[in-house]
Amino acid sequence: MNASTAATPPAAVTDADVLLRVEDVVKHFPVRSGKLFERDKAFVHAVDGVSLAVARGQTLGLVGETGCGKSTLARCITRLHDLTSGRVIFDGDDISTLPPRRMRPYRREMQMIFQDPYGSLNPRRRVGSIIGDPFAIHKTATGQERKRRVQEVMELVGLNPEHYNRFPAEFSGGQRQRIGVARALAFRPKLIVCDEPVSALDVSIQAQIINLLADLQGELGLTYIFIAHDLSVVRHVSNSVAVMYLGKVTELAPVEQLWNHPRHPYTDALLSAVPLPDPNKSAQRERIILVGDVPSPIVPPSGCRFHPRCPKARQDCVDRDPALEPRLGDEPDHVAACHFPVADGEDISQARPSLAAEDRIIEPGLLGGS
Amino acid sequence: MALLEVDDLRVSFPTPDGVVQAVRGVSFQVDAGQTLGIVGESGSGKSVSTQTIMGLTRGAKVSGRAVFEGRDLLTLDGEELQTIRGAQIGMIFQDPLSSLHPYYRVGWQIVEMIRQHDRSASKAKAHARAVELLNLVGIPQADRRVDDYPHQFSGGMRQRAMIAMAMALNPKLLIADEPTTALDVTVQAQVLQVIRNLQQEFGTAVILITHDLGVVADVADEVEVMYAGRVMEKADLQTTFYAYHHPYTEGLLLSLPGYGGGERERLHPIPGQPPSLINLPPGCPFHPRCPYVMDRCRTEVPPLAAVGTSATHLSACWLPHDMPARNEVRRKVVGEPLPAQAEA
Repeated sequence: MNASTAATPPAAVTDADVLLRVEDVVKHFPVRSGKLFERDKAFVHAVDGVSLAVARGQTLGLVGETGCGKSTLARCITRLHDLTSGRVIFDGDDISTLPPRRMRPYRREMQMIFQDPYGSLNPRRRVGSIIGDPFAIHKTATGQERKRRVQEVMELVGLNPEHYNRFPAEFSGGQRQRIGVARALAFRPKLIVCDEPVSALDVSIQAQIINLLADLQGELGLTYIFIAHDLSVVRHVSNSVAVMYLGKVTELAPVEQLWNHPRHPYTDALLSAVPLPDPNKSAQRERIILVGDVPSPIVPPSGCRFHPRCPKARQDCVDRDPALEPRLGDEPDHVAACHFPVADGEDISQARPSLAAEDRIIEPGLLGGS
Repeated sequence: MALLEVDDLRVSFPTPDGVVQAVRGVSFQVDAGQTLGIVGESGSGKSVSTQTIMGLTRGAKVSGRAVFEGRDLLTLDGEELQTIRGAQIGMIFQDPLSSLHPYYRVGWQIVEMIRQHDRSASKAKAHARAVELLNLVGIPQADRRVDDYPHQFSGGMRQRAMIAMAMALNPKLLIADEPTTALDVTVQAQVLQVIRNLQQEFGTAVILITHDLGVVADVADEVEVMYAGRVMEKADLQTTFYAYHHPYTEGLLLSLPGYGGGERERLHPIPGQPPSLINLPPGCPFHPRCPYVMDRCRTEVPPLAAVGTSATHLSACWLPHDMPARNEVRRKVVGEPLPAQAEA
């Protein structure tokens, strides 16, 4: 497989099943120099050529460290950002360049749920009117009809419909997140992009919201894109998972395939860093501690972007950008962008890169010695 | 003898809406070289109790004792506390950006910290120590980065700089309040590794406050589970995860994705929400959410008592203290045995 075919998403899902297809999406943000009239020269490469497909009724998990571009990608998909290039195909229609007015019907079909249940609700408006907003904006229901539909959706997410006239401050964090879910559900959308929906919640409440999202998916046939930094949550809710690093997808696979046979060293490191709520398993596990931090997305590293931190890096990784394709005889739905994929049972916790010194990061002190 | 022994600590805050009873009779002890994990959700009082010990809760009504090396920290005045805080007890907080002063260089802040407690240290010597510390916690090119401002550091580096600062004077005890909550898992693994290695190297005792049971499983020796200002259960690491007694501990574990059971199965959340600390329910604070609730739980507060066969396993619950009998109740009320207990 060459680089151009690798840009098309895996063909395992047929077109009829695909609700959303993202093709080679690029989003660059200009970095301002601060001087007037000077042309922007530098760009933050937030999303740099991502291709994915999400099947109807399924959940795609998006994981990666802060700044890997997962939220930007989500906002490109819902067209809260304009794309720099690439295509977003929703339900068979290319929506990537639609003007706002023609975008409007699609906005009813795709909704977002945000991380912060405190910041995403206007504190001075009543819950009923917050949840009723979509009806008002799209002018589909007014008066008693709107109230009825709002109360219906409140009931659906487990809120008491009698609390229609309360303010957000009168609800707890978990209930506020339910309000966010209710607002997203008002129009029975096809796709919901959940951007860290449970990260701000306590564990016992987090489980309530995860169950709610799962129930709604079963009931209404929803498709989710689920972004979370908590990998055990992502594993629990997703059918397939895309791992992102510095604006690119490094690995994409069905969830159990990814957990059991990670091919990309970054995936392997990420998974091994997840704290397990099980002391015995935790003690047995070989932890891969990555050195350094994520490099600047303004000047991403050459070749494979992970090479400065990768324990398996070789000269090839500096020179050539690896294609996202099946590795080591994997099924076509499991793709990884790595020249030296991790074999089953391989322990890379002791691996050392063989690179010229200027291409890697050397960690001193207690981290380097271990 | 324990390095820090906290006995019946009570902290309340008067507010216009009523008295917030943040901590209601908490006791624990930490031995040298040991890691105590304090687990709980928002509002459980886990942070308030350690902040009170350090004299950081202004306007609070405090009672109880917190004896550190023979001195009761709660009776010391500000100046005396100053000599202990930082020097003998180091602290790191959740948000490293707001704990570092944005206006001063990272190295300068560590130097200031060293010289505050040791006026005899020359600036040059303190600076050299700052470089050494940053190097120790894994800041690359520490001799150059020491003169950076906090905004030039990434989140993980800032947290490591905080650890460097907390360790500057070789404290006997390090209090880490949600040290990795704001960090990515990969960086979290780095920071936990640094804390573990520091402990091995210098024998520092650590109190780790977190809501993340995975982090606790990774680093703690002893675990204390808090709810609504009280200790619900206290046990060693193995017992907490595999032979717990208290229904709240059970609820916390079962609500985690990836604890036991299949991957896409339904989670088992704890129903309802934590109580208001102003209007606490009578009896056990957990009774409105507890699947095992009995009449007694609604009126009488269960004492923290030894359960099972070990004298160090404490639980504040009216369920039978004998473990087989406790698990029998579980089978009757909930059905299947626990995933972890079935394995163990």
